[in-house]
Amino acid sequence: MVKGTVAMVKPTVSTAAAEASLEKSLRRRWRLGEKSIEGWIMLNGLLAIVVLVGVLVLLMREGLPIFLYTPPWKFLFGTDWYPVSEPPTFGIMPFFVSTLMVTVVATAIAVPIGIGCAAYLAEVATPRVRETVKPIIELLAGIPSVVMGFIGLMLLSPLVQSLFHLNTGLCGLTAGIMLSLMSLPIIVSVSEDALRSVPNEFREAAYALGASKWETIRYVCIPAALSGISAAIMLGVGRAVGETMTVLMVAGGALAVPHTPVEPMMPMTAAIASGIGNAVRGGLQYQALFAIGLILFIMTLAVNLVADRVLERQKRRFGGIAGK
Amino acid sequence: MGCGRLIPGSDPLCGQLLEVKQLAPKIKKMVKAWQFSLALMLIIGLVTGLAGCAGNAGGGNELSGSIKIIGSNTLTPLTTVWAEEFVKVHPRVRIAVTGPGSGAGIAALIDGYIDICQASRKIKPKEIEQAKANGVNPYEIQVATDALAVVVHPSNPLSELTIAQLSAIYTNKITNWKEVGDNDAPIVALSRDTNSGTHVYFKEYVVQMQGLPTENKSLEYGTQVLFLPSTEEGVSETAKNPNAIFYPGLGYVTDQVKLLAIKRTASDPAVLPSVETALAGTYPIARPLLFYTNGEPTGVIKAFIDYCLSPEGQQKVIGIGYVPLK
Repeated sequence: MVKGTVAMVKPTVSTAAAEASLEKSLRRRWRLGEKSIEGWIMLNGLLAIVVLVGVLVLLMREGLPIFLYTPPWKFLFGTDWYPVSEPPTFGIMPFFVSTLMVTVVATAIAVPIGIGCAAYLAEVATPRVRETVKPIIELLAGIPSVVMGFIGLMLLSPLVQSLFHLNTGLCGLTAGIMLSLMSLPIIVSVSEDALRSVPNEFREAAYALGASKWETIRYVCIPAALSGISAAIMLGVGRAVGETMTVLMVAGGALAVPHTPVEPMMPMTAAIASGIGNAVRGGLQYQALFAIGLILFIMTLAVNLVADRVLERQKRRFGGIAGK
Repeated sequence: MGCGRLIPGSDPLCGQLLEVKQLAPKIKKMVKAWQFSLALMLIIGLVTGLAGCAGNAGGGNELSGSIKIIGSNTLTPLTTVWAEEFVKVHPRVRIAVTGPGSGAGIAALIDGYIDICQASRKIKPKEIEQAKANGVNPYEIQVATDALAVVVHPSNPLSELTIAQLSAIYTNKITNWKEVGDNDAPIVALSRDTNSGTHVYFKEYVVQMQGLPTENKSLEYGTQVLFLPSTEEGVSETAKNPNAIFYPGLGYVTDQVKLLAIKRTASDPAVLPSVETALAGTYPIARPLLFYTNGEPTGVIKAFIDYCLSPEGQQKVIGIGYVPLK
């Protein structure tokens, strides 16, 4: 530090006081500004929680009263859904089984293809191929569900009808195939991230022991990324369970409890969509439809929560490895 | 300057204070600019809003307003044409038409947030009670008639059915075409969903055979019947599927499907649906197409409904394929 060569101008008392107060007021203004911005951001975060809780409370308030009219086991396991008859009966077994069947078909198709695609993108593809293919797969997620329903109706259902010699192509299988196309991007995306987060040391160790690329992928990478891949599958399942427009147009809409996927069926989302217009606010059918919505909400919430926990575990497992 | 003429940067805190102090007037200006622009945007927004309102209010003698019409999928093609023609003559009127189903329209009328409910079935006594409890007084106006057509695929050799046979088909008691005709193939019975007035009308007058000696009010649609969300989907599926049968309003019938002649009972003559047979009353399943309003219509709603009932409006009915009132 150079001293003495520069003449120091001694500050007068008044200017020192003025600077001190200016400096204090500037600091206060910054702190106030920061506090208010922090407050605003926190409010926005709380809003998300408020909306979630609000939806749950609304569903419970509008849907639980139906259990005074129909006991819960009759509602969940009954097979007669006649909301406009006298007296109305509400049994949602057909819808529940239909949702399960369509989801199983969609998952059975999407999971092998999705994990294979993810493994290809993460392990085998060159960076250029990966950069081209990944956006295209994500584009698939952006197709509106009504367009998927239209494609299923016009193109896929006649094909399914002639291939399997069915009475009609509007069945759970067609709906399942269209749903698998919609949950595929999610599965590929999350699985690929999971596979990429497996540390290279694992692969290097495998190659050092003489494993081939396929053996590495199959015996080292995929088992290591299994938590992330399970989370991806669960998120894909959540998407398939909640999809409405496509299944409304393509699944057929029959009220019988389906025994095979090639029968026309009505999943829970389609049941709500095709009944809610007719239901007078507060009436029995209205309450029953909200109860179905509540069950759907709980199912999707549970699936997403489990997927989140599994993803957390995956991050913790590989986040703390030395050398990263 | 109070920090002294030290070499800048040699005393960190002093240097920072210097920077802050130099920035202070700029910050003051920035804050003021932000507040100023926000205030400006609010003023502009207020002014345009008020101008818009004033513009609407000072309309003079021209008819203006908005009409919300919700209800029957069957009536939607007709009401849309009426709305378009009406708006051509009165461009300050805005009409919105949607057609999820008569049930949806009646529920919306009871909840009190639409102007006209278009329905292809009559309102039920229970619904009238619910409406009155909500302070809504349903007022019924018939605007056209529909001959409910029953269609099959053009390759189907069948040409006529009785109402009793239709009822058996739609309760899944008859499941093969050979029980009513000549070819051995399973029947795929297509229907509209519970939102639809056509669904309810068909259930009461065909499935439950109202008005016939075999009337049975406990019959329901069978569990193998497919419930579709729109009439177009039903017609297009019938056009593609050789085993399908469906019941669209006459206005939706295209030449890709084949009309069946309907016999009231086995001893009555088989009648094809058309404007003439519906007007003559010989077609057994012709039904009124209705508008419901809250109380007697007034103002722009009355003007619209008067147009629909005028000779010009009724001419449009024939163009769509339905049956005019006379």
